[in-house]
Amino acid sequence: MKTSPAPASVYRTAEGLGLWEHRGNVAAVGIGHSPTFRRWDGTPENSVGGISLLALRRAMDDAGVNPADIDGLVMDPSTTTGAFWPRGKPLPWEAINAYNRTDEPLDGITGLSADWILANMPELTGIEFTMYGMGCMSNAIVVAAQAIGDGRARTCLVLKSWHNLEGRYYQGGANAGNAIPGSSAIRSLWGTPACFGTAVQFAEYCRKYGKSHDMMAPFIENSRQNGLKFPEGYWAQHRPEEITPEDYEAARWIAKPANLFDNDMPIMVSAAYLFTTAESARHLKQKPVYVLNHATSRTRPRSLTPTLDEVEADTARTARKIYEGAGITADDLSFENMYDGFALFHQFHIEGLGYRGLKFGEALDFYQTDISISGPNPVSPSGGNIGCGRSRFWMHTDCIQQIQQRAGARQVTGVKPEVAVSGGPMPVGGNYMVWSATPG
Amino acid sequence: MRRFVSKNGEGMKQGVDPDELTRPFWEAANEHRLVVQNCAACDRLQHPPARSCHRCGSGDALEWKEVSGRGRIYNYGVVHDCPIRLLQADQPFNVAVIMLNDDPGIQMYSHLPGTPVDDVPVGADVEVVFEATANGQKVPEWRVVAEAR
Repeated sequence: MKTSPAPASVYRTAEGLGLWEHRGNVAAVGIGHSPTFRRWDGTPENSVGGISLLALRRAMDDAGVNPADIDGLVMDPSTTTGAFWPRGKPLPWEAINAYNRTDEPLDGITGLSADWILANMPELTGIEFTMYGMGCMSNAIVVAAQAIGDGRARTCLVLKSWHNLEGRYYQGGANAGNAIPGSSAIRSLWGTPACFGTAVQFAEYCRKYGKSHDMMAPFIENSRQNGLKFPEGYWAQHRPEEITPEDYEAARWIAKPANLFDNDMPIMVSAAYLFTTAESARHLKQKPVYVLNHATSRTRPRSLTPTLDEVEADTARTARKIYEGAGITADDLSFENMYDGFALFHQFHIEGLGYRGLKFGEALDFYQTDISISGPNPVSPSGGNIGCGRSRFWMHTDCIQQIQQRAGARQVTGVKPEVAVSGGPMPVGGNYMVWSATPG
Repeated sequence: MRRFVSKNGEGMKQGVDPDELTRPFWEAANEHRLVVQNCAACDRLQHPPARSCHRCGSGDALEWKEVSGRGRIYNYGVVHDCPIRLLQADQPFNVAVIMLNDDPGIQMYSHLPGTPVDDVPVGADVEVVFEATANGQKVPEWRVVAEAR
């Protein structure tokens, strides 16, 4: 079965589209997570393919759906956290041959095609629709929601997986060479790490609004506390370490003003969700969580990195699209789970949303108030990437679990979890979902 | 203060192998001229270079336009953990975002040679200079010429 990236028509990128035509008619029900690992240990079962199969089967089991009833699969074929199989290194044939292969030997090791999944899940006998949502789970769930709404699938699995290999990422390949191609040199010659653009935006934010980096400490502390209550997350599973304000302020810089804890940590992990129609969802094992809208930003920055003005204009535009299509306002949000990997841009997301009435430049003061899961203004109850490791999907899992009232120790108690928003990755460029306890 | 040591390439920017899309930019740099891609149809600069205009989508009207080589520091970061091997010996170092006077929407990066680490005058005027990389290809760099406005 040929699987292609979702066409542009899937995404709601413009303002003025009105209510989403499938508002409340699509629901997420099942969740499946693999265990987390810092890096691949070389075993077949812990390969990115192996953990993906586990996550998919857990999602079906969680929803109480017979695999034969699944007719759709949406996933991201890219699984890299920045790690690629080193050129010249012998291929891991034992792990490769432990599964049914495709023509690409590293399929299931450093990438993941729909063909590989289907070749290794013979129980999925009814698949008629496959599509790629590129980049991260935020994209894939948008594609799945639209596919269900459009009737292209009735019960759809959505998958995002990540692999991580030995070594420090982004340190090899062209970065270790003596010369690079002219096109990439225009950006890369100055040696900026991935967080640099966000660091500059944050520096400008602090200059413009009179804020300082230490004001981020409560957000970081809260994120890790929430992450340690997320049993599916890396830090809860492997390193149950809190981050105190002192830890945060003492952390080494990566690209000042972004320090180590403002960056997330690459891990191996896989998650799958089960999406279906609102009607079908009512008969499944878990409480349905309805999708009120999805929205997308495809804004292209004018030059090398978005300025603060560009970021603020785009987060405000994204919020208008989110609210318009869902038929809600900021006042309807029970909590928010916008992306945080890098921590220094979370405030751009929530200021754009106007979460709890925030205006631009106010979020760092807001972080000095009660932003915990037990208060009236929960911020990132999932803990996000900072609290759980790099996956870009904790926020979605948490929205579903919170609204289903099964977030365990992480369950928000200061608000009734009725409507939530999640998405990312970047403040300029991302995909966003509005989740609800009721269809509208 | 940042210093570039050319003896063994350590602390020097990687060399550049000009490609079809960017060759005019790099050739101009070797002549100590700063050029930026411009869409003649839109009369709009764009950088990094692309095969078509980001506004009108046309590739036919793209040209290279020489600009003044003057700009302003938007803001900056201090890189302590650099992915580029050749630059790691020089950590930490400044990387500033420069906005061109010809069009503040157009940015270039700079190590701000001559400016102490983490003592960057945000908003200051800068002018372009040209610096050799590891393979001799010159690249635009920027020096502070006046305090912040």
